[in-house]
Amino acid sequence: MNRLLALPLLAFSLAVPAADLSIALGGDVTSMDPHFHNLTPNNNIGAHVFETLVAKDAGGRFKPALAESWRAVDDTTWEFKLRKGVRFHDGSIFTAADVVYSLDRVPTVPNSPSPFTTYTKQVTDKIVVDPWTLRLKSAAPYPQMPIDIGTVLIVSSKAAAGATTDDFNTGKATVGTGPYKFVRWQKGDRIELARNDAYWGPQAPWDRVTFRIITSDPTRVASLLAGEVRAIENVPTTDLARLSRDKDLAVYRTVSVRLMYLHLDTARDKTPFVTDKAGKPLDRNPLKDLRVRRAMSKAINRPALVERVMEGAAVATGQLMPEGFFGFTPALKPEPYDPEGARKLLAEAGYPDGFGLTLHAPNNRYVNDEQIAQAIAQLLARIGIQTRVDAMPASVYFSRGTKLEFSFMLVGWGADTMEASSPLKALLATFSKDKGMGTANRGRYSNPKLDAVLDQALATVNDPKREKLLQQATEIGVGDLGIIPLYHQHNLWAARRGIVYEARADERTFAHEFKPR
Amino acid sequence: MLAFAAKRLAQSIVVVFIMSALVFVGVYAIGNPVDILINPQADQAEIAAATRALGLDQPLWRQYWNFISGAFAGDLGKSFAANIPAVRLIFERMPATLELALAAMVIAVLLGIPLGLWAGLKPDTVSGRAIMAGSILGFSLPTFWVGLMLIMVFSVWLGWLPPTGRGATVMVLGLPVSFLTWDGLAHLFMPALNLALFKLSLLIRLTRAGTREALAQDYVRFARAKGLSMERVVRVHVLKNIMIPIVTVTGLEFGSVIAFAIVTETIFAWPGMGKLLIDSINVLDRPVIVAYLLIIVLIFVLINLLVDLAYTALDPRVRLAGRST
Repeated sequence: MNRLLALPLLAFSLAVPAADLSIALGGDVTSMDPHFHNLTPNNNIGAHVFETLVAKDAGGRFKPALAESWRAVDDTTWEFKLRKGVRFHDGSIFTAADVVYSLDRVPTVPNSPSPFTTYTKQVTDKIVVDPWTLRLKSAAPYPQMPIDIGTVLIVSSKAAAGATTDDFNTGKATVGTGPYKFVRWQKGDRIELARNDAYWGPQAPWDRVTFRIITSDPTRVASLLAGEVRAIENVPTTDLARLSRDKDLAVYRTVSVRLMYLHLDTARDKTPFVTDKAGKPLDRNPLKDLRVRRAMSKAINRPALVERVMEGAAVATGQLMPEGFFGFTPALKPEPYDPEGARKLLAEAGYPDGFGLTLHAPNNRYVNDEQIAQAIAQLLARIGIQTRVDAMPASVYFSRGTKLEFSFMLVGWGADTMEASSPLKALLATFSKDKGMGTANRGRYSNPKLDAVLDQALATVNDPKREKLLQQATEIGVGDLGIIPLYHQHNLWAARRGIVYEARADERTFAHEFKPR
Repeated sequence: MLAFAAKRLAQSIVVVFIMSALVFVGVYAIGNPVDILINPQADQAEIAAATRALGLDQPLWRQYWNFISGAFAGDLGKSFAANIPAVRLIFERMPATLELALAAMVIAVLLGIPLGLWAGLKPDTVSGRAIMAGSILGFSLPTFWVGLMLIMVFSVWLGWLPPTGRGATVMVLGLPVSFLTWDGLAHLFMPALNLALFKLSLLIRLTRAGTREALAQDYVRFARAKGLSMERVVRVHVLKNIMIPIVTVTGLEFGSVIAFAIVTETIFAWPGMGKLLIDSINVLDRPVIVAYLLIIVLIFVLINLLVDLAYTALDPRVRLAGRST
């Protein structure tokens, strides 16, 4: 304070000492409890203080963290060899008991609006073989166990014993094994962390890290330009060109596992938002006809969407995963722009003059979501499908979409598990409450052939075999155009010159991975 | 006086009831908060479990009943998104917003009344016209744009002021305030100015109009004819008579500055309660929305009461308890 009082107002120093790092985040954090709310900003901060058994590198490949290795003992048992000599921030030693405690805590966190049971519910038994060997069993073959368990942050069985969400918010229980220690959380404003000098891995480069919550896009960029923060996430695409030109800044980007796609009502005979050109409801649903869906896919000029609307910050796609990820199918190319072919297909399907359609889209959820919807509507209009755009806030949009109130919608899907099974299960598998499948299948696409191949894939522990099956399922679902894939977004960061970031496919902003040059 | 305050309070309780019912029905009509709060990877069973955990599986009337009975026990519920009591979340953010609002009103009053008076006394001079032209700009430029321009000019180009956030705070009477440190003042200046701009223009126009009107009144001419100095005429005869509308507007505007500092708080990443409200609306965090609006209603009631008290001090003809009208 005294240092600050001594400075005249106008000469207020904006520079930060070299060993500290301030980063502006685009989304607010709601809790410090790593098991309370499965939300990207929460998980992002949590991963500085706590760690998982299995981690992901920037490219989305799995790497050892608190587990040194893991293997399938048999079809329903996985064995994790834990890292020895790891200490929590309070000095206590990390053992299998902490893992068991964390997995047991997940379903017991009260009032969780988004529980982590997604990743723990299939574990039926936890056997501590010795303090550094843990076996987890499941009722059915569970090839994705290391991926799912790798999502759960491990808390200390001592410091977090009986801890409430409040105890994590104040820092009392916020004791992990991660590269940074929790210092302070000022809600809606900032999170402060200090380096864990006793970290088992490579030392983090920054003594102190401050995460600032700056949700307004232009303000986040201005903070970077003014030097108040030294790095930002979620660079708005409108500022991309300008920031890239600036010699004092550097932009880091990589392709994301987030797929933007169109979902169409392929199930109902009459669908609410398809009309003839005069606006009268149609008796039959043209979206059920594969030729119509193919025509719509051909009418969309993906390279133009990527270049014009997304300012180049995306990659056009014809499938679920970006290249290089598990389940990517080399045979599936982005549908080329072909309005002539599209018109022909429409005529063949009995709609030579097209029809009327409403495209529903969120306007505050995905990068440039409303603009993308407008562009798609114009492209569809060129082949005769008069498309109206109805964009709304995400809070309204997802509730209505889940109630199947729409016929045609623009949505995004982030494959958190880094493999094709995630979008296949949620978007293309037949909707089934009992099986927990097709949760986000808002078009109710259903193909028993796909379901069978997917079920087989989900029970195949052998990786190469599983990937083959996932590719096969992708080919069926995308071949039927159960969804129309558009593009994979780029994840974007910008930093002051001299700070390097290896852009991550999973949208995470990790302070310890920003490196001084 | 006491009866007057009690009547006001009774009215506000009715308002609070109606408002809470409206918010309940409104949020219910928009959708299920779990649809937006839950991670998309969750399956149907988990969505149902989360809906149950938040009590959203109950029929609406029961949810409202639970809220009302909780409210009478002093519990307005916990935030869906944070599992923290909604009132605590709001009170943690309130000092920042109050400070910002107060700073904005101080700027508006300290600049607005003298400038308005000047423009009223010298309407045909260049300075008088310039003030009026400036106030039109203040009215018509959108807040978010002015905010971004301020950041661009003073932070990015000139590097004089920090662009965002709240500066270092010190505790005064148990509340964190930032205007007592240089760092805090530097952070406070731009958002306060941004928020003040509209109110400033309003006060300029109001004061000018009042002054012009008062100057034409007989008592002012008489005072002048009596040989009083212009300075005394303005101070005693003009200013005192135009204060009543100014105090009313200032009071009401202060309430709206507190309640709707949202745009400024978002642009300047000011960690106040307006930003909390927007975030809560985005995820349909109903307990926070209801508690927020409830607190705002109470603030408005309180400010109106203070405004009425200020009337009696300014104008002895005004009596409380409703007899004066």
